[in-house]
Parts: sequence; C-alpha cells; structure tokens
Amino acid sequence: MAAVHDHDIAHAHDHHPTGLMRWLTSTNHKDIGTMYLWFSFIMFLTGGVMALTIRAELFQPGIQIVNPEFFNQLTTLHGLVMIFGAIMPAFVGFANWQVPMMIGAPDMAFARMNNWSFWLLPPAALLLLGSFFAPGGAPAGGWTIYPPLSVQMGMGMDMTIFAIHIMGASSIMGSINIITTILNMRAPGMTLMKMPLFVWTWLITAYLLVLVMPVLAGAVTMLLTDRNFGTNFFNAAGGGDPVMFQHIFWFFGHPEVYIMILPAFGIVSEIIPTFARKPLFGYSSMVYATASIAILSCIVWAHHMFTAGMPVTGQLFFMYATMLIAVPTGVKVFNWTATMWRGSMTFETPMLFAIGFIFLFTLGGFSGVVCAIVPIDIQVQDTYYVIAHFHYVLVSGALFAIFGGAYYWLPKWTGHMYDETLGKWHFWLSMFFFNLTFFVQHFLGLAGMPRRIPDYALQFADFNMISSIGAFGFGLSQLLFLYVVLKCIRGGAKASAEVWEGGKTLEWTLPSPAPYHSFETPPVIR
Amino acid sequence: MNVTEANSVVLRKLLIFTVIMFGFGFALVPFYEKICEVTGLNNLLQADTLAENTQVDTARWVTVELDANTRGLPWQFKPLQSSVRVHPGELTQVVYEVRNNSDREINGQAIPSYSPQLLGKHLKKLECFCFSKQVLKPREVRQMPVQFLIEPGLPTDINTVTISYTFFELGNDNTASLDINADQI
Repeated sequence: MAAVHDHDIAHAHDHHPTGLMRWLTSTNHKDIGTMYLWFSFIMFLTGGVMALTIRAELFQPGIQIVNPEFFNQLTTLHGLVMIFGAIMPAFVGFANWQVPMMIGAPDMAFARMNNWSFWLLPPAALLLLGSFFAPGGAPAGGWTIYPPLSVQMGMGMDMTIFAIHIMGASSIMGSINIITTILNMRAPGMTLMKMPLFVWTWLITAYLLVLVMPVLAGAVTMLLTDRNFGTNFFNAAGGGDPVMFQHIFWFFGHPEVYIMILPAFGIVSEIIPTFARKPLFGYSSMVYATASIAILSCIVWAHHMFTAGMPVTGQLFFMYATMLIAVPTGVKVFNWTATMWRGSMTFETPMLFAIGFIFLFTLGGFSGVVCAIVPIDIQVQDTYYVIAHFHYVLVSGALFAIFGGAYYWLPKWTGHMYDETLGKWHFWLSMFFFNLTFFVQHFLGLAGMPRRIPDYALQFADFNMISSIGAFGFGLSQLLFLYVVLKCIRGGAKASAEVWEGGKTLEWTLPSPAPYHSFETPPVIR
Repeated sequence: MNVTEANSVVLRKLLIFTVIMFGFGFALVPFYEKICEVTGLNNLLQADTLAENTQVDTARWVTVELDANTRGLPWQFKPLQSSVRVHPGELTQVVYEVRNNSDREINGQAIPSYSPQLLGKHLKKLECFCFSKQVLKPREVRQMPVQFLIEPGLPTDINTVTISYTFFELGNDNTASLDINADQI
C-alpha cells in the first residue's frame, strides 16, 4: 500500500488558522466531527423545544397554548428537525471522529468535500426553521410531506423542499466520503473482516444513503414542480396520483429508519465488549445481520401504507418481509446478550446507555412487529401506538446509543474523564422520564387516540398528563448532559491513552486527547 | 495506483450511482403507472368493458347517492337526481349538469370518489364525463351522462353507496401533461 500521506494536512501544520476561520475552513476530520456533533446537539434542543410545546398543549384536553395550525407545524418540524438535523448529523459526527481513528487512516478521503458536507447543513437548517416565518407558516402536513396537503401549502413548503435537497446533498457527500475512506484508507493488515463493527455498520449505512437519498431528492423535486411548474405527478386533478408519492417517499423512508439505527448498532457493539471485557460474540454474524437488515429494508416500504389501499397480496408480502427483519435483528440482540454473558462487567455510563439501548430498542422492535401485522396495523395506523413504537426505536434506540457513544469516546476526544456520577444521573433520569413519556402512549394508541391532533377526548386525559410530565423531565435531563460535556471539555481527571480497560480498537492506542493529526504513519495491524 | 487516484475512482463510481438513483426516483413514476394499469388498480379514467351476460339480481335494491363538487373553478355542478335505486347488475344512466358561470373558457377534469371504498371494485362504468377533460365556453351549460352498473358481487350488507365527482381546473400548462398521464393511467 502506498504511503498514506496527505500533503494538504502537512501544509496546514505550518499556519494553523484560529478562531472562526479555523472552523469555517477546517478539513480536519476531528474538527468536522466536533462541528457535526455540536450542530446536531443544537438541533436536538431545537426539536426538543418543539416537542415540549406539543406536550404542553397535550397536557390537558382542549386548546390552551397554541392554535391547531401552529400545532401541526410543530409536529411536522419536530420530525424533520430531529431526523435530518439531530440524529443523522450526530452519527456522521461520530463517523468523522471515529472511522479514520478506528481504521488507522490519517483523515477522511476527501477532506475538502468533508468541509462542504458539514457547512451545507447550517444553511439548510436555517431554511427549514425559517419556514416558520414564511407567509402561511412552516409545513403542517406531517414530516412525511404527503400530497395533496404538501402541494397546497404556502411557500414554507418550498423552503422545506430546498432544505431537504441541501441536507440530502450533504448526506450523499458525507456517505461517499465515508465509503471511500473505509474502502481505500485502511491501515495495512486491516482486512474488511477485521474492521471494528462501528466501521462496518457505517459502511453499510453509507451505501444505503447513496441508494435512497437521491430517490428522496427526486420525490421532493416532483413535489416542487407540481407546486410551481404545473406538472401533475401527484395532482389527482391532472391525472397524477397522491398515493404514488407515498410509495416513492417510503422507498426512501424505510431504509432511512435503518440509516438512523445501524450506526447505533455499531456504537453499542463497541461499548458492550469493552465493558464486558470479552470480544464481541459472533462478529461475522453481526456483519451479515447488518447487511441483511440493510437489504431487507429496501423491500418493506409499503408497510407504512397498509391503509392507503393495496391488494391483499401486496399487504401479505410486505407484512411477511417486515417480520423477516426481526430475524437478523434478533441475531444482533442475541449476540450482545451473549457478549455480556459471563463477562466481567462494570457499569460505567456508556455501558448503562448500551444496556438501556438493548432493553428498550428490543421493546420498540416488538411493537414494530405488532405494527407489521396487517389487521392490527389497520387498527393502530396514525395512532399514538405508532408514536410510541418509533420513539422507542429512535429515542431509546438511536439517541441512547449516541449518548452512550459520546460518554464512551469523550475522554478520547477531550483528554479528560467526564463526571461519572453526573453521567449516571443523566442515564437514570433519561431512562425514567423516557419511559414515563412514551410507555403510556402505547395505551393511548390502543385506545384510539390519533396522532397529530392538538385536542383529545376526555378519556385520554390522565395518560396524556403523565406523558407530558415525563416529556418535561426528559427534556430537562438533557441539559444535564450539556453540563457534563462542557465540564469534561473544561477539565477533569486526566484520561489515559487506553481510557477503558477493555477497549481493543485502534483509537485507544492514541494518546488522549487524540492528537490533531493521527496515524500519519499507518499503524501495524497484527 | 496511489491512494488519491484510487479514491477518485471510487468517488466517480459513487457519483454515477447517485445520479442513477436520482433518475430511478423518476423512473418509478411510469413504473408505478404501468403496475396500476396491469393490475387494474387505478383505472379511474378508463371505461370498463361489460361481461357478456350480466345477471340482474332483482331481489336486491341498492340506493346510489350522487354527489358533485367543484374545487377552485367557477362552475356550478350538480346531478339532476340526487339518488337512484337500482338492482345489482342493472345498467343505469344518470345525468350530471355543469354550468360555467364565468366569462372565460375553462378546462376542467372530474375525479371520481366512491363510498364505501369497496364500491370501486364492484362498480363498472361504461361511459362517464370523467374519462376526458371537459372544456366549457363562457356561460355554457352541459348535461353529461354516466352509464354504470353495480356488480351483483357487491356484499349484501351494503345497501347504500355514494358516487361523488369533483371538478378541478386544468390550466393550459396542465392540459398537455393530463393527456399524457391520462393515456398511461
């Protein structure tokens, strides 16, 4: 393998820009990773404020705080901001920090493009959030932007479409970068089947992203031309079909949910072996399970549309295909559990979040299997049961893994140990309030409470009040995380290079904090 | 081949793949329409053909309620009779009347909707003004027939059904694309 030496970076050594210009012009994977993570945290708080406004309105029956139009804008933007602004960029941030360090590469393959993929995000976020101030307000037809509503709305919808275009371009560029880095820049001796699982899950996720993000771009482009240029892709009056949008959207949308969970699987697969002090059980089956999940995720999209009108044969196909995904997912849960079996476990904060992830994600997976059953899905479609299901897989799934990963690698990034006591408080508060918020929503959904409605029947009052109390508790607990992170950046016990006793991947061979330029000479892999 | 070159090769391949997938999103449109045509899922703008000998089930009555709406165009649109009682299998004709209240020529397209949804499967339409766009001159009044029958296969617990039409305006831009899409659907 040729010498891995990037001349741009060697050059940047000499005059290192400081202040704002350092961040604006940075091509360093660690700087860019940091920016991704802060951006996603800011978006997480923004989307969180929207969620809390929604929960405040739902605290009691009746309309108290926001009017229904604004409520609809909040539910729509909460979804878009959390998915495209918080969860996805957070994982890209992890990839930027960790992938080069874990495969022994000096930086990402295309450092300049890496800078671009990050700096596209803030303008996109401004467009998205700016739609609140457009005439007619932000889009209010749900994050899935189904026509006919999305064809009829004001210019806030056009802003959202452009924001999705830009974020999509950013994701695609990021993915191309990650794929190229993983395929071409591994240290000599690091074969594909020796890669840490986090790298594997990101490789597969990045392929999924380049597969489906362009399809979403196509779908929103069709919306845009339907709205402004007189085409009739989805306009029934002109011979188009609104249901077709749902098919194209979910062809993107279902792989998208795996895009948000596969890197989480990767993070958990790094944390569990470290704190169980055992190698990951069934490494190769983990890789194959991840790949099967990714492939299956492309043929199950219509399970989001069982009530949109579909022949029974279609419903049966999508039902069985969906249930099939439970098999590779079950393999993963089994492997994590088997890794912990008879391990010398300790329960530091990352491990707590990882175990919380396994427990609650599996619960969300089970309610997913319930939703996959056609007759039940027809009953629970668009109810709070579905809300509960996907918050179990996205909050206690993706988000808990992000928190776990952040605690796991913070000492490596900052050079300081975080405050373990406060970290544990953060976990237990999140765990308690998360379940308080979302567990009761299963009951609400089974009893028939529809989603995206600002008011509800009196019979739902008690559970909604409990859920709102939980939501505020959960939201406030996240400020504790901010405090722990800031405290860790400012100081704390000096972290060793190894940090955790059981960490076996390459980043633990670097000193803490990881030097600005690492692995300029590739490490030797035994 | 050094790393920079190898990277550019991967970059080029992935960019081409991205462009292909963007095109694939658009290719899904004719693909979807073809599937709907082959499976007969979405033939709203096409006349049905009648089976050779349809049995008329004289023992059953079904009330067909007729509904008419306009959306965003200055037309007055109504059925001449608000409902008809028919036997399943019996060929029936009803008449809708539409009036252009404005001083300009307007193109409109009617889109049908059925209640209950199940009716769509059992309703056969031989003639309908919704199969093509309607062009009304200023102040023109037009009476338009719908010829249909309800198949005897309609579940016996359904005694009342609704056929509803909504007229949408087609701009001049839209006309061309409507013709294309109407052929494909």
